[in-house]
Amino acid sequence: MERFAALIDALVYTRSRNEKLRLIAEYLRETPDPDRGWALAALTGGLDFPAVKSSAIRTLLTERGDPVLWALSRDFVGDTAETASLLWPQPATRPDPPSVSETVDLLSKMTRKSVFSELPALMDRLDPSGRYALLKLATGAMRIGVSSRLAKVAFAQAFDVPVEEVEEHWHGLVPPYEPLFAWAAHGAKPPDTANLPTFRPFMLAHPLEDAVVDLADYVAEWKWDGIRVQLVRMAGETRLYSRGGDDISGTFPELLDALPMDAVLDGELLVRGSHQGGEAGGAASFNALQQRLGRKTVSKKMLAEYPAFVRLYDVLILEGEDLRDRPWSERRATLERLMDRLSDSRFDLSQVVEAIDFDHLGQIRAGARDDAIEGLMLKRRDSPYVAGRKTGLWYKWKRDPLLIDCVLMYAQRGSGKRSSFYSDYTFGCWDGDPDAGAELLPVGKAYSGFTDAELKKIDRHVRTHTVNRFGPVRETDRSLVFEVAFDSVHESKRHKSGLAMRFPRIHRIRWDKPPHEADRIESLRALIRD
Amino acid sequence: MARDFAWIRPEPWGIHVVPADTWIDPARAVPHALVTHGHADHARGGHGVTVATPETLAIMDLRYQTREGATPVAYGETIRLKGGVDVTYVPAGHVLGSAQILLEHAGERVVVTGDYKRRPDPTCPPFEVTPCDIFVTEATFGLPLFTHPPIAEEMAKLLGRLAAHPDRCVLVGAYALGKAQRVIAELRAAGHHAPIYLHGALERMCRLYEEFGVDLGELRLVSGATKDEMRGHVVVCPPSALNDRWSRRLPDPITAMASGWMRVRQRARQRNVELPLVISDHADWGELTRTVEEVNPSETWITHGREEALLRWHQLHQRRARALALVGYEDEDD
Repeated sequence: MERFAALIDALVYTRSRNEKLRLIAEYLRETPDPDRGWALAALTGGLDFPAVKSSAIRTLLTERGDPVLWALSRDFVGDTAETASLLWPQPATRPDPPSVSETVDLLSKMTRKSVFSELPALMDRLDPSGRYALLKLATGAMRIGVSSRLAKVAFAQAFDVPVEEVEEHWHGLVPPYEPLFAWAAHGAKPPDTANLPTFRPFMLAHPLEDAVVDLADYVAEWKWDGIRVQLVRMAGETRLYSRGGDDISGTFPELLDALPMDAVLDGELLVRGSHQGGEAGGAASFNALQQRLGRKTVSKKMLAEYPAFVRLYDVLILEGEDLRDRPWSERRATLERLMDRLSDSRFDLSQVVEAIDFDHLGQIRAGARDDAIEGLMLKRRDSPYVAGRKTGLWYKWKRDPLLIDCVLMYAQRGSGKRSSFYSDYTFGCWDGDPDAGAELLPVGKAYSGFTDAELKKIDRHVRTHTVNRFGPVRETDRSLVFEVAFDSVHESKRHKSGLAMRFPRIHRIRWDKPPHEADRIESLRALIRD
Repeated sequence: MARDFAWIRPEPWGIHVVPADTWIDPARAVPHALVTHGHADHARGGHGVTVATPETLAIMDLRYQTREGATPVAYGETIRLKGGVDVTYVPAGHVLGSAQILLEHAGERVVVTGDYKRRPDPTCPPFEVTPCDIFVTEATFGLPLFTHPPIAEEMAKLLGRLAAHPDRCVLVGAYALGKAQRVIAELRAAGHHAPIYLHGALERMCRLYEEFGVDLGELRLVSGATKDEMRGHVVVCPPSALNDRWSRRLPDPITAMASGWMRVRQRARQRNVELPLVISDHADWGELTRTVEEVNPSETWITHGREEALLRWHQLHQRRARALALVGYEDEDD
């Protein structure tokens, strides 16, 4: 555990991506099995200990100390695991720290009850860095600036194997990934996942920015505003994966018996709704889809009210044949033929957008009124299906955002590297004429879109314009205007204003603009598209 | 006799000692001021009369070039101000010249700590516990998570990293007054006698420390040195220079920062620090609470920092306390 804790600390204090890769690679090469596999699982979010959650740590600390002091400390640090690691009293004598495998073993045996006696015993065996690493490993959210992708690249680098192959083999395996290490480090045969319903890494797109493409080489498709999914059936077994490779089969059970043949399909998961787009049936806004996301169990009512379907983009594997090396045009033809064999209620085809030339395509994009459209995708007609973002093959061309001027009302301290800054902002619009006594009503919350330098400036503004404090939240004197960008706006019961924005972010900070000139609720309401 | 301490009043810009019409560490220019130590948030220029230790006056002179009205008072010496207020300066152990101010009036005793710590520091005399009725304390690190480790551990971390990278230098960001000189003196105490390189902004303060008898060993300026001669050496600069273009002249620096805030990982990350050194000139949580217990006042006033937590501690220990809302004290660089 000491070696792992040292790795975590080193990663926390390292900014350079190459240095992070080097640190992880070195650890993976030098640490024996199964410790390194468990560590890799921790870095990639592959561990889950149902009994050891942030709430259990909080309970443990507030029962052993004062709840007020805990809350003040947690607010200052911005991270439960770190706060607990620092507040934990150092025992007078320290027995041998456990290995990573022993730690994982002990954590996995804990129950919701025993965690309150067994976790303290484990914490007493470690120093503050060790406790931090333990609690991070136990609760999953590492937040140390290492994505699961970065860890996989480091693995590839450690043993000099292609990262695409690592991704491919990865998903059929479980921690501590011993066959993966045997393959990469010792040249054993790669784990055979061809006949397992595992996740195949998605092909992703670069933003188009200001580039122009020739429609002779590229085809345009709508970019739908749902969630990108991969539906896999192998040897009769079906799984649904999200963009990050998470298995979300349980959330959408109606799709699990929808595929009549073994295949791997790439598409957009949407729910049916009254505000339509596409060919057969159409999709509701993302707002409707959100009702279905993140649920572990799905009621019959949900299934009836918000039935899910997949709008297909691509076919990767069909009846044992891997099509990923073929050009897009060939895969598309296969997919179009396949549509006859799929049920209309669960599948439709994402239509190709026909345009005379690129300018014409721009007009079509600007005129798109359907709320389920996020923008356009541009795909090279001869592109193979390759994992990740390969330059020049696929582009995304999102619709221009909507803009509105809002007034800052509340600010909350951020977490992670923003833990000392007021970086989460709630802003509002006027419910009438501000000069005739109208009030501001909150319409949204944003925590991105500004630079570090701007964050410092806003933080200073918040601290010097505070009129009220509610725990970690400060109410400001409503003197600062933000130009807020967002993708769409919907009716919502969550806010008093009755509106909710999708993807709001700070577009510009209008230090110059007087707050009474900010927009009114009615202007925002006029932007509702569905 | 009911004690109401009406003669001493916290105001937003400082503590007003009414009968003497003087202010302690005022945030704006006043006719008569008592200054605890030379940090800019406590010592401001432009007062008519400034009462402070000779060391603090020398520091203020260096920073504001104001000798006018300077009234030195030695540690332990008592002076009488108008209105029958006796003032004694007692070592606070914070930086060179730092003092707690003991005020006595009509049989009542008030101690204003300014900033202080309880750990040994080779650059200034240690904090002395002074019994009083009202204890006015700072709370910069007033959260139970703040435990400053023994400084020898942090020095070992620094020297270990230096030895592991003989081709690089370790660049230590340290507050220009106090922290920089303490780090250098502690490096010497740890047996590191190689030349230490300084950012130009630290030179005059280091020389002033030496004039007051603090031995800092061989100091050289970065501006006169080549990249190659600084390899394997310690370079000290103000925190603001850590990520500045200035550091490009150094040989592949390992960025370190000496500050109590380095105890929290994300604080170190925010400043792009690779080697956090938890070194503070302020009392940590244990020191703050132990000091209140030892001084054992009938009431504690908390001036600046994380006052809510220290207030809570007083409540949990059945001690009287209040937080003063003073402006302008915040030591983010400590």
